[in-house]
Formats: sequence, structure tokens, C-alpha cells
Amino acid sequence: MTSGCFVARVAFGVDARVEKPNDVTGPVSSSEPGQSESAAVSSGGPVAAPVSEADEPAEAAAGGAVSPPDQCDEELVLRPLRSGDIYASFQFRTQWDTDFLHHGKKVSHYRLFPKSLGQVLSKFSVRELHISFTQGYWRTMQWGQPFIPSPPGAELWVWFHNTVEDVDGNWKELVNVLSGIFCASLNFIDSTNTVQPSASFKPLGLGNVTDHRFLRYATLPREIVCTENLTPWKKLLPCGSKAGLAVLLKSEKLFHSSFHSQAVHIRPVCKDWQCTSTAWELRQTLNVVFDIYTSGQGKKEWSLFKMFSRTLTEACPLASSSKVYVDVTDNPEGELFDLSPVTPLLSTAVVLGDRRTYSVYDLTKKETFGQLRSLNLVLRWKGESGDMLRPLLHAERYVAGFGLQTGEIHTLIYNNHPYRAFPVLLLDSVPWYLRLYIHTLTVTSKTRENKPSYIHYQPSKDRLRPHLLEMLVQLPPHSVTEVTVQFERALLKWTEYTPDPNHGFYVGSSVISALVPSVVAMDTNSTQERPLFSSFFPTKEESSYFVRVYTEPLLVNLPTPDFSMPYNVICLTCTVVAVGYGSFYNLLTRTFQVEEPSQSLAKRLANVIRRIRGVPLL
Amino acid sequence: MGLLSDPNRRKALTTLLTRLNTPICVVCYLAGIAWFMGLAFEPFTLRTYMSENAMGSTMVEERFPAGERALATGREFAGHKRKAGGMPVDWLVKTMQDRGLEVFTQSFSRTLPFPDENKERYMVRGINVYGILRAPRAPRTEALVLSAPCSPDNSNNQAVGLLLGLAQYFRNQIYWAKDIIFLVNEHDLIGMQAWLEGYHHTNISGMDYTPLQGRAGSIQAALSLELSSDVITSLDLILEGLNGQLPNLDLANLFHAFCQKIGVMCTIQGKLQRSDWDTAEGYTHAVQTMMLMVLKQASGRPWGDHGLFLRYHIEAATVRGVNSFRQYKTDTTTVGRLLEGMFRKLNNLLERLHQSYFFYLMPSLSRFVSIGYYMPAFGLLATILLLRALDLWVQLGTPTEVTEDGVGEVEPVSINNQGSFDSPLTHIYIDLYSKRHSTFQMLFISGEGTEQGWRVLKLVALLYLAVLLGCTALINFSLGFILAITLVPVAACVTPHLPKAVSALAMVLLSPGCTILYCVFIFQELQEAPVSLSEGWMLFLSVISQGILDHSLFGSLVYPLLALLVYPCWLLLWNILFWK
Repeated sequence: MTSGCFVARVAFGVDARVEKPNDVTGPVSSSEPGQSESAAVSSGGPVAAPVSEADEPAEAAAGGAVSPPDQCDEELVLRPLRSGDIYASFQFRTQWDTDFLHHGKKVSHYRLFPKSLGQVLSKFSVRELHISFTQGYWRTMQWGQPFIPSPPGAELWVWFHNTVEDVDGNWKELVNVLSGIFCASLNFIDSTNTVQPSASFKPLGLGNVTDHRFLRYATLPREIVCTENLTPWKKLLPCGSKAGLAVLLKSEKLFHSSFHSQAVHIRPVCKDWQCTSTAWELRQTLNVVFDIYTSGQGKKEWSLFKMFSRTLTEACPLASSSKVYVDVTDNPEGELFDLSPVTPLLSTAVVLGDRRTYSVYDLTKKETFGQLRSLNLVLRWKGESGDMLRPLLHAERYVAGFGLQTGEIHTLIYNNHPYRAFPVLLLDSVPWYLRLYIHTLTVTSKTRENKPSYIHYQPSKDRLRPHLLEMLVQLPPHSVTEVTVQFERALLKWTEYTPDPNHGFYVGSSVISALVPSVVAMDTNSTQERPLFSSFFPTKEESSYFVRVYTEPLLVNLPTPDFSMPYNVICLTCTVVAVGYGSFYNLLTRTFQVEEPSQSLAKRLANVIRRIRGVPLL
Repeated sequence: MGLLSDPNRRKALTTLLTRLNTPICVVCYLAGIAWFMGLAFEPFTLRTYMSENAMGSTMVEERFPAGERALATGREFAGHKRKAGGMPVDWLVKTMQDRGLEVFTQSFSRTLPFPDENKERYMVRGINVYGILRAPRAPRTEALVLSAPCSPDNSNNQAVGLLLGLAQYFRNQIYWAKDIIFLVNEHDLIGMQAWLEGYHHTNISGMDYTPLQGRAGSIQAALSLELSSDVITSLDLILEGLNGQLPNLDLANLFHAFCQKIGVMCTIQGKLQRSDWDTAEGYTHAVQTMMLMVLKQASGRPWGDHGLFLRYHIEAATVRGVNSFRQYKTDTTTVGRLLEGMFRKLNNLLERLHQSYFFYLMPSLSRFVSIGYYMPAFGLLATILLLRALDLWVQLGTPTEVTEDGVGEVEPVSINNQGSFDSPLTHIYIDLYSKRHSTFQMLFISGEGTEQGWRVLKLVALLYLAVLLGCTALINFSLGFILAITLVPVAACVTPHLPKAVSALAMVLLSPGCTILYCVFIFQELQEAPVSLSEGWMLFLSVISQGILDHSLFGSLVYPLLALLVYPCWLLLWNILFWK
């Protein structure tokens, strides 16, 4: 701890000399207990290098001979799915060799890393940022596990640096800024849908800060993703959509698909395999699944041209590597499909607990493009489309019951492993207007009660924060675990209802994070060069791999008054008040008296005469 | 409001009501019936219109081409059904999978409380097969259902064929925003009940079923398809569901709009619409159509497989193909196009169907009577009960007042004059209290055998009947109205002083049981299938057993309502007639 502080302070000093100090966040080092020492030790020299190279070229030499520029890789994985569909996953990685967070200085030079994001990182002291926009639901039963999972709608989770004092304030500003950057309605994220998960979302990059006070997680299940979100996303790429794999990203084809998901992940990583220094990694991923029925036009044939209406002609000139992988694991003898052009280059990687074989097309090499100078991969299906898969872990969720008063949320988690039990972390964030009856929470596996070993529950506050439920549940082998909890539907204030044309109220996906036992030994050696798609989630054990599964979001109807009713109600109450109040007021204030019968004039006259005569009156 | 505070005027009103009670009641009764019959008269009804904008203005193009292939599939299905001797589960699963659906099955079993003789079943065991078409880029939150029952006899094969044909065609389209569930249910309503209970994870009827494996979020609308011939002459729309619930009127409007667009003859209650409303025949036709709807709704049973969806707040209707001896025939492709159009518009929905009416009667497919128009008919009948009750109340109050007429009026007033009780409200309290006191006295102490006793009993019976019928009519207008037509005269007229034998006969003839018998005959008559007395009697018995079955299988409320609430009331009235 002491040495870490010391070294970091030295680093700060170095910085001060290189560039004018900008003491916004103060001496970061003193309040940073968890930072890994090796990273801190080495951060001084190399980190300063690119900055100095930019601002003051004269000092670049002084910064050291080691001045590796930012690095960028691009990659496309095509995975033919058993259902006949095809899964295309783009990953673009930009590595930014700077480390401003540790020194509290402003960086004003950007090479490959997008400036809009860099400024956001430094302004809001973000340590890690993960944002995804997804249109559609990943069908685990048909497609297996995705490389990087994401829930329908928008998802955003951010780890702030642990020097941040007003996390909520930063978060609020950050979502508004991101909302502008990605043209999305992220500004609808507020305290009513933000939670701080205690265990489900750990930092994926360097640093082992685990105090969840610095974490914010929010989803917008109703967010619709379309071209206006794709364009700003493409602008973040080093080559834009001008060259490299990004030329394939044409929105008219990408949105003619069964599933579309685009994401941005920013995290601090080791700069090289020795981890002598840190860098920022920006990973932009885009996953899309094309449907053989709707886009195949009856033929079971896929090609790059058919999928994206473009072919590949070159790599992005700025990229240090540019590759296309095609998953041929199920097709060793070519019995399932024909792939052309054939490539001699094969690569194996352990992905999601399975050893997969890939044909590799390296776009930086000229021979890849052949004589036509363009690469158009063609995939012809021969076999029949297969049955549904049985992925080791999958989940589903639904609302049970009928009527508008109460209901029950059922979450089913399937463990299809024949003999291994494993624990999963379940995260449920339910809006306040569904009032969970937490005493009705039951977890059953194989008709027996399954007691969670860890429960973190934060009750909701009306109009302020949602329910947060996190549980660690052990899934017995080959079983279905059912988590049920009852809820009551709240009556909203009349201004809180959404405008009339609404589908209902959405409840975000629940998140299931698990270390799933692996069939083959996982790659734990992070130093080795690996394809991007297999290296997102860090693996620590050989025997298991990390999987995150999102359930479907829920659509719930709340008791909604008929809003044409106020008019009727006003009319009715006015009438009732007028009639009822009037008559009751009348009744209450009127006094009754016995009235002397009034006498007629003639009678009165007669009486006067009688009185005069002294005769008894009439 | 001098009425309340001025004892004289109040008295004048009560005397008026007491004196003219019988004529007013007769007028109310006749007016109620006349109002009801007037509902079918076209100038008094409203033309249907599409309230939901998402379904109204957007045009969709119907392109379903494969009617012939659907029929071939239907024949294939029939062959496999014969071979399997029931639902050909494996074949259906495979066929649906080939069409690119996610296919699941659900098996269920149910033992009926007693054998159902109409359908010849007692221990029911079956399997539902359903396939889900996943909409591209949709998050599984909303779904539509198209269902076709797999019947044991040789009917409905074309419906299953068309369902599979539509599934294949729909699968190739990109525009779906909601998942579509294609369901083939066995044992008609029982299978449907099992599937719906499985889908919503409820168990209200004691059914045994296996849990569903695949779901698609909240179901927005459902159509059930019944088709038994290759060509049809007209399509019939069935709306009446469990306990007289009806789907949103927009669903009917949607069907009607597409029938007109595509040029298919469409009917409701099996009756075509007539344009000559100003003739006697035209009017009679409309009355018949409306009466059929009233009778069906009053029965409280689901008249098609759609009827069970309504409990789950899912708008649903059954579309039944009818092949009669008309010249003009419609082929399966056209029916497919109609369904495609309806589904595409339902797919466009941005909200649940809620804009239009849920309470209505339809004298024809393009005309409807909303709740505001038909309720007065019932209200007039219910008024009779209240008027009679008022009359009795006054009669019961009179003895104390008649003897000491002047004192009864003057005494409280003099209290007021003394100043301690200033409010006239006190006067009313005292007034009421003294009456109620005497009423209770009569009821509990001197009630038995006296003239006062039966009056009190009748007062209670009248009020009870009024509340009961009022509540029933709110839930199921038709049932409330039909019961009111027969029970109100009985309740209004019955006294112990009537000739016993004749009135007893009249009471029996106007009892709820006999009402059902008349309804059976009227229904058969309206359906143009008149029955003889003995056949009618058999039908009557089967209607009663069906009512009990519906209650135990689906939770229909008509049987317990009649047995536990209406009959006791009738017995009270019977008791009054034989008062000693």
C-alpha cells in the first residue's frame, strides 16, 4: 500500500513535468487502495509517452524510445447456426496508450481513440463503461451462447473511479452525455431504474475495486435500436465505415435480421503481455443474426454479399490486424456446408467451454482477396436444420396469473449439465410500481426448496428507486430451478401513466451470471495472443468459463383508468354536489315552526268587529 | 327538494306512488320490453366504427397465396389423425418444425365430475401442440394466437391445414413485431383451458397438465379458426365467451372491415345482414339476430374456443366457416388472406385493444347497441321491484301513523320548537327510526302468521331480488334481463290472497327452471331448427348438465347463480303465496 502510494506520487510528479498539471481530481493515488501495484509502478514513463509525443514533440524522445502508438484490431466471426441461420459478430478493438485517470490530467490529443468518448472518460472519472443497444432477444435454445451477451433494449453499467465523491451526480450527467453521443434515450435513466448490484457486475478490466458504491447499472428494456444509433456508433471506429470490415455495416441489411446488438465496452487493460503498463481498451462489438427464412429467399445459401450487400476488398489501413473467422467446427469433412473460397489457415480457440475450429481469412494479406480483388465468402448448406439445442445454462421468465391486482414473476433457470452442479448469481431489478412481496420469494429445484446461500435485497421506494434482488443459487445437475415472487400492481398517479398508445409497463431482463463447468480446459493464459471474440471475459480457472444469460423482459399491465373518464366524472360530481349539497344544506339550515293559520282579510275584519262588539273571536 | 323537508309534499308523493303503484308498474314493464325490442330497430342503433387508429388507417396488403397447399396439408393431417386415432402429435411437431417454428407440446388430463353425454367423454386425456413464430428483432414481450381445435371426428381438418399454411407463409415475412403462437388444441375447450392455465401458470379448475416449455410474453389477441370444408359460403363470427364476456368491439369491426374489403360474406349468429330495415321482415330479422346473441350470452358458456381467453383479458373471437347451399363460394386462399390481413393489423397494434366497447349487443354485424342504450330496458324492469318495495314500506309504516295521524306529524315538530333539536334531519331520523323500529318488531316479534309478516318478507325478497338482478345485469346484461322478465312479475304480484292453485301454477311456469326451458325452445326456433316437446325436454336436460359441467370445468357462474342465489329468492316468493 505504502509503496503503491509512493510510486504513484512519483508518477504524478513525472506528469507534472511533462504537461501542465491539471489538478481536477486531486492526488488520485492516496485514495486508491486496490490498484494493482505492477500497473502503478510502470505507469510513469510509457503512459506519458504518447501524450508528450503529441503535445510537445521535442520531448517525445525524452519520453523514451518506447512510444508504441495506439493500436487497433478488427475482426469478424461468422458462425453458421444449426437452425440454418447465420451469426455474424464484429469486434473492433482500439487500444489507447494513455492513463490519465491516475494522474488527474487532461489529455487533449487523440489518435485512434474517439475524442468524444475520451473526454467523457476523463470528465466523469469513469473506470469502466459498458453500453449495449439490442433489438431482439438472443434465442439461446436455437443459437447457443453469444460471444458477448446483452439484454433487449439498452443496458448501461459503469464503474466510476473510487475518487468520485458524488457518484449519483456523475452518473446522471454521464447518461445524459451518452444519450447525446449515441442518439438514444438514455436520458430516461434516472434513480427509478438504476441499481447498484453487489455481486453480479464485477469490473472486467484491470483493478480489483469491488466496492459497489462506485457501480451503477441500468437497463431500458423498451429502447428501440435503429439506424440513428448505428451511425454514431460507426463514427467511433478508426476507419469509420470507409474501409475494412466496417464497409459491411449497411443499416438496410443489418436491420433486416432476427437479432441486432451493438455495444461499446471501455476498460483499462494491460498494454502488453507482461502487463508492465496499462492502456484503455475500447471494444466496439456488433452482433447480428440473419434469418434463413426471411432473408434466404428460399435458398439455403449465405454469402457476404447476400448478408451485407457488400464484399470485402481491403483491411482498415489503420488496423494492425484484420481477420475474418468462420466457424467450421461442426463441418470437418464439409458435410454440413460448403465454404468457398477455401482457406488453408485454420485456427483453434477455446470459446465458451468448447474448442472450436475456425477458418481464418487475413485481410492484411493480399492473397486473401484472390484475383477478383474482393473477398465474398459463400456458405452453402447441405444438411437439414437441426433440432433445438440444449445449452448448459439458459433461463426464461414470465408473469403468471390474471387480473390487474396481483401477479407472480416466475424465473426458470435450467442447468442442463448431466452431472455437475454450479452456482449462479441472479440479479433482478424490478420497478417500484410492481410491489414485490418478498416474503413470498421461493426458490425450488426438483420440487425441493433450494435455499440461496446469499441474498441481497434492497426494497424499493415509491418513485425513487427500484427493487434490487440478488441471489446466489446452487443449481443441481440436470434440473430446473424456479424462482417465484408475488407482486402487487401499484396504482399510479394520473400524470405518471404513459401516453395512451402504450404497450404496457416493461420490467427489465433479469441477469444470470455463472461460472459454467467447461468440457475442455479454458485458456487462462492471458498473455497469449488470442482472437478478440474469445478474450472478452477474463477466465481465472481452467475448469469453468464465465457466462451471462439475460432473460426476456416482461410486459405488465397496470390498472389504468379510462382517461376519458375525468370529463364524465366532473359532470357527475358537479351534478351530485349541486343536487346533494343543495338539498342537504337546505335541510340542515331550515327551521320548522308551527305556523298560525293565516287568516283571510274578511275573517280579520270580522274579528275586529267582534272584538269591538265584545263577542268571542272566530 | 321541498320533497324531503316538507312532510306534506312527501306525503303527497308517497300517496301518489301508492295509489298509482300498479299502473306505474305495468307501464314500466311494458316500457322495458318495448325498449328492449326497440334496440333492434336500426335507426335506434349506432353504426360500428373502428376506434383503434392503429388498425384503422394503416393499409395492409394480403398476399397469402397457398390455399390449395393448405388444403393438401389438411388432408395429410386428416390421414395422420385417422392413423393415430387422435391427435397426430409427432407429425404436427415435425410439420411445424419444418416451417421454422419453435414447437412445444403440453399434455393434460381431466376427469369430468360426470360423463358428458353430448361429447361422450368422461376421462379426458390429450396433448396440445403449439409452435411459436418468433418475430425478428422483438423481445418476446407480446404475442398473438391463432388456434384451431383438433376434433375427434372428421371435421376441422381444413382449419388445421390453413393454420399450418399460414404459419409457413408468416414465417417468411419480416414485418412481424409480435410473436405469433399457432396452437392446435385437442378436446376443444378442455385443451384450451389446459393451455391457457399452463401459459398463465394458474390452476382454477383442477386440471392436470404439464408445464409449458415455451412462452412469448403477454398475449394481445387471439383468433380461433373452425373450418370444415374446402370451400365456404360465409364466415361466421362468434363473440360470446365465458360468463357472457365479450371481446372488444374493435375485433368484430376488424373482421367486418376485412370481410368487406376482400369480399367474403360474413354473418353473426349465422344471420346475414339485411338492408331493408324499414320493413317488418327486416326488423324481425334484426330482432332474431339480437335475441340469439342475448340467449347465447345469457347462457354464460363459451360458444367457441376463444371464450376462455377473455378471462385473461385477451381479446378473442372464433371465426367459423359455413358451407351452405348458396351459389357464391369462397376458397381457402381468400380465407387465408382475410386472416393474414387481420393478423397484420393486430400486429400493428401499439396498445391493447381498449378503445372501443366491451359491453354491447349486435343486431347485425355493422350495427351495435352500447351499454348506455340497453341498460334502461333493464332499469325499467328493476324499477318495478323498487316501486313495489316502496309501496310495501309505506303500507308497513301506515298502521302506526293511521291511528294517531295528527300526533305522528306534530310531535317531532313541537320538539323542534322547544329548541333542543334544531335540525329537521333529526325529524327524519326520528321518523325513520320509529318506522324501522316497528318494522323490526313486526319481523321478529309479531311477524309470524300476520298480515304484516308476509309484507315484511315480501319487502325483503323484493329488495334482495333487485340487488341480485342489478348485479347480474352489470356483469351479464342478457342473463339479468331474461331473469328479470320472468321473475319481476312474480315478485311484484305475489300475495297470500291470490287463488292458490292458479298462482302456484303461474309461479312454477315463471320459475328460473322453466325460463331455461322456454329459452331452449326460443333458441331452437330462432336458429330455424324447431324441436318437438320431447326433444326440447331432452335438450333442456342436457343444457342443465352442460351448465353444471361448464361450472366445474371452466368456472362458469350461471349454475351457482341460479342454484344458490336466484332459486332461494323464488322460494321466498313461493313462501309468501302459501303464507299462513
